Amino acid sequence: MKFRTCNQLALFALLAAAALTGAAQQTSRAPHATTAQPAMPHFRFENFTTANGLPDNHVYAVLVDGDRIWAGTENGLAVYENHAWKTYNTKDGLAHRAVLSLALDKRTGDVWAGTMGGLSRISAGRIDTYTQLNSGLSNDVVYGVSVEGENVWVATAAGASRLDLRTGKWSLYNERNTPMVEIWVYGVSATPGKVYFAVWGSGLLEYDQKTGRWDKYEDPDGENEMVLFKDQGLIHEIVSSVSYVDNIVWASTYFGDSRYDGRYWHNFLTKDSGLPSNFTNMVKGVDAHRAWFCTDKGLAYYDGVNWAVYRPSLTTGKPEMFVRDAEGHVSSVSVATAPAHNYILGMDFQGGDIWVATAKGLSHGILQPK
Amino acid sequence: MNVRLNGRIRAITLAAIATLLVALVRIASSGIANVHASISGRVDDPLIYASPVELLFSPDGARLYVLCQGTDEVRVLDAASFKSIAKIPVGHIPRGFSLSPDGSRMFVANTWDDTLSVIDTGAMAVVATWPVGAEPSSVVEDRESKYLFVANRISNDVAVLDASTGAEIKRLAAGRGASYITPSPDGKRLYVTHVYPNLAAARTVPESEITVIDAARAVVVDRIPLHGIAGVFHVAFSVDGRLGVAAELHPKNLVPLAHLEHAGAFADTLTLFGADVGNKPVEIPLDELERYAVRPFSISITPDKLRMFITCEGSEMVTAIDLPRLLAFVRTHHVPIASDLSASGNYVTARIGVGHDPRGTVLTRDGRRLIVANRLEDTLSVIDTRSNRVISSVPLEGPKQMSVLRHGEQTFYTAKYSFQGQIGCANCHIDSTFDGLTWDLEPDGMGRNIVDNRLLESLKGTEPFKWNGGNPNIPTECGPRTEKYFWRSENYDDLTLADLVIYIRSIPARPNRYKLPGYELRSVEARGEKIFEREIDKFGNPIPVGNRCSYCHSGAKGTSQRSFDIGTKMETDDSGMLDTPQLLNIALTAPYLHDGSARTLEEIWTVYNPNDKHGRTNDLSKDELNDLIEYLRTR
Repeated sequence: MKFRTCNQLALFALLAAAALTGAAQQTSRAPHATTAQPAMPHFRFENFTTANGLPDNHVYAVLVDGDRIWAGTENGLAVYENHAWKTYNTKDGLAHRAVLSLALDKRTGDVWAGTMGGLSRISAGRIDTYTQLNSGLSNDVVYGVSVEGENVWVATAAGASRLDLRTGKWSLYNERNTPMVEIWVYGVSATPGKVYFAVWGSGLLEYDQKTGRWDKYEDPDGENEMVLFKDQGLIHEIVSSVSYVDNIVWASTYFGDSRYDGRYWHNFLTKDSGLPSNFTNMVKGVDAHRAWFCTDKGLAYYDGVNWAVYRPSLTTGKPEMFVRDAEGHVSSVSVATAPAHNYILGMDFQGGDIWVATAKGLSHGILQPK
Repeated sequence: MNVRLNGRIRAITLAAIATLLVALVRIASSGIANVHASISGRVDDPLIYASPVELLFSPDGARLYVLCQGTDEVRVLDAASFKSIAKIPVGHIPRGFSLSPDGSRMFVANTWDDTLSVIDTGAMAVVATWPVGAEPSSVVEDRESKYLFVANRISNDVAVLDASTGAEIKRLAAGRGASYITPSPDGKRLYVTHVYPNLAAARTVPESEITVIDAARAVVVDRIPLHGIAGVFHVAFSVDGRLGVAAELHPKNLVPLAHLEHAGAFADTLTLFGADVGNKPVEIPLDELERYAVRPFSISITPDKLRMFITCEGSEMVTAIDLPRLLAFVRTHHVPIASDLSASGNYVTARIGVGHDPRGTVLTRDGRRLIVANRLEDTLSVIDTRSNRVISSVPLEGPKQMSVLRHGEQTFYTAKYSFQGQIGCANCHIDSTFDGLTWDLEPDGMGRNIVDNRLLESLKGTEPFKWNGGNPNIPTECGPRTEKYFWRSENYDDLTLADLVIYIRSIPARPNRYKLPGYELRSVEARGEKIFEREIDKFGNPIPVGNRCSYCHSGAKGTSQRSFDIGTKMETDDSGMLDTPQLLNIALTAPYLHDGSARTLEEIWTVYNPNDKHGRTNDLSKDELNDLIEYLRTR
């Protein structure tokens, strides 16, 4: 890290001091139960592992499809229906055994699975697979997939791709035709208006489908690992996922998370929010104000004001839940269950329930009455 | 041995020359001065035949609707007298039609226009024309009149339209060559069949499916697998909905085709599914030794569920089945019987001769009469379903004389010239196109010299034929060679062969959906064109002439009409020198390469061109290869 001027050095020192102060304040807000606790959702977690029929405990992605639950695991795509698991694997036509991402085409009911070896469509039991060898797909490592109308948008290790289902034509998006510097695209969130790409090391890209215009959102601190200008832009260049809902962009990075309303940024860090960790694998917006964060230290829910964290204890492994209110007061909630592991990779909603993909199993969070 | 072979080759060559001469004389004497592919989409025949393909009764049974593919119209007949009431012009080359549940509207799928004609059956006029997918082939409205479902043969999907506005809502992924939609008796499910097998690894057993759609939700809910099946046509249900039946082709393309004396080409079968046969579909044969039921197409089941009738295009007959006997047979025979030539005798009760290329059928409401549309004869056969006899043949309005082209087309579709009447040209060239299969055509050993089936469209100027370029012209390709190797017969007379050749030469190209008239190349396709035409690679090195795309694939049709070694010779091939195929409509004709080893256009270069022998392509990025392929789709 180089500082070109003394002023920059002074500014850095000032901000670093402020950050350390904030961290100290955060530390001082130890969990307590004296303040009125915000009403945050409580869940009873039922966990699924290989012991229950899951093909692998390493679950990368989960997708709710009505009464069916799809789980992308390291060893196949599993579907839970009528209290039983069925697994699709390469022998069934799946592109690869490691399923990294899932998306539902709500119009047709088809499920799209991004894998380490291509993209697969599961349609009423039939699997069609697209790879970089047999199709226009840019790369076989598919980190993210999103379906919008007739288009399937794909985030890959070598740029993004779009498949037009009506014509069968592919379009590729990479450093040649977008402001993408790195081409390691980790996530995509597509709507008829705008499409957002989470680019690992190259920030957030926005594509306006009507105008064809690209915009790039980067960390104003550049490659600096320290946050110098909070809320002045994307929190970090290494973006792991993006969720665009109700015209709000939620972006997760390995160094905090961001919310962007088209004009203002609001960033979340452990030091001044209820995030249990800045290392976030995935964010999923519920609406303009609420979102879920999948971190390496538990699952976090943000209701626009308050936070809740669900996880097995990092030290004892016992289930725990914390609630953080608007003032930063953190209180613990006595719970009997928790997600299968604190390393959370993905999640989806099923009405009030949630499904959580973790590094050691899949969890069904059953919403408990207040 | 050599002497014998040389003598044989000489004989075949002489026969070809003789046939060619006859063909030329035939062309001249037929008055067809300029036989060529017509841009209108039909062969350029001065005589326009009705060519009926499908039939419907009005809900009250008073009218008979006849879908006429040749004249682009729906003919309305009085159902009792068969007298003409009206002719309703529709779109180009219609293939399927249906009525709304109340009978007030009729929908016609026009294959060459990619449109749907909506007819007010009261006014007997088209009231709307709606765009749909590529090559729409059948259409069904759901019971609530909320959705229209259209099977698109080329785009391999089912378009779901708003039934009141025609606005397309979505597309459902079907199988390859989605063509026929049949609702279940209660209307809750739609069953979609496909004329081509789904794409699969080379030299594997063909797999097709019946795509099952929930009509209310408009989503695919099931895919009934059809193992070993390639072309599937109509489905029919018993009135109680407990039995579904699909008419289909079971190709034996993994063994040498030159095997007809051992019934080694196709089995003509039905697949039964539904509650009457249990959880697993059951395939049953229609063939019998010397009495083949070639290309079963349409099925009708009588309301009392006692009889079933199947049109068999190539055999020019209707096969009658005793349904109770069939179901009893199926329940007691649990081994695969698709190729058992002794099985059908247990349930086939009659093989009723009808006209040329029988297609659609319809039963009167009482089940006493079956009407059959004879496409290449412009007649309707009326069959008494109890006696299994044709009681009348109703001629449709149109030319009464036989044109050269019509006779050639009849020759193409009939199976009567082959050994025991087992197959015809149209078995592999479905609706004069292709079948999506690879074949073992020569008696040179099991699995030698496998070849992909090539498209038959617009062949003029693409000679020679065969993948090894061994046949210099169509008379050689389709004459003595076909007769001896494929048909195992010598049944063509000179005039018949000449007419067949004229017909094949006249088959036009379907519109290229990637480059319709007036279409200008997009930037991606223009970039691809530059790659196709380039002479210097990305590193600035000159590309040898023989390694340029445009050298072998030159000219308007994309063929230099010469053979080259493009590095795709397999262990099973005798030679790597291969004829350059034309590029016409190449997007539709997967699989690719001479033996069908490339499932997609991309695989031609990503998998089968490691040494740049099939054009210099290994310097291209993925983007650039995509550009090249997008351009090729417009050829």
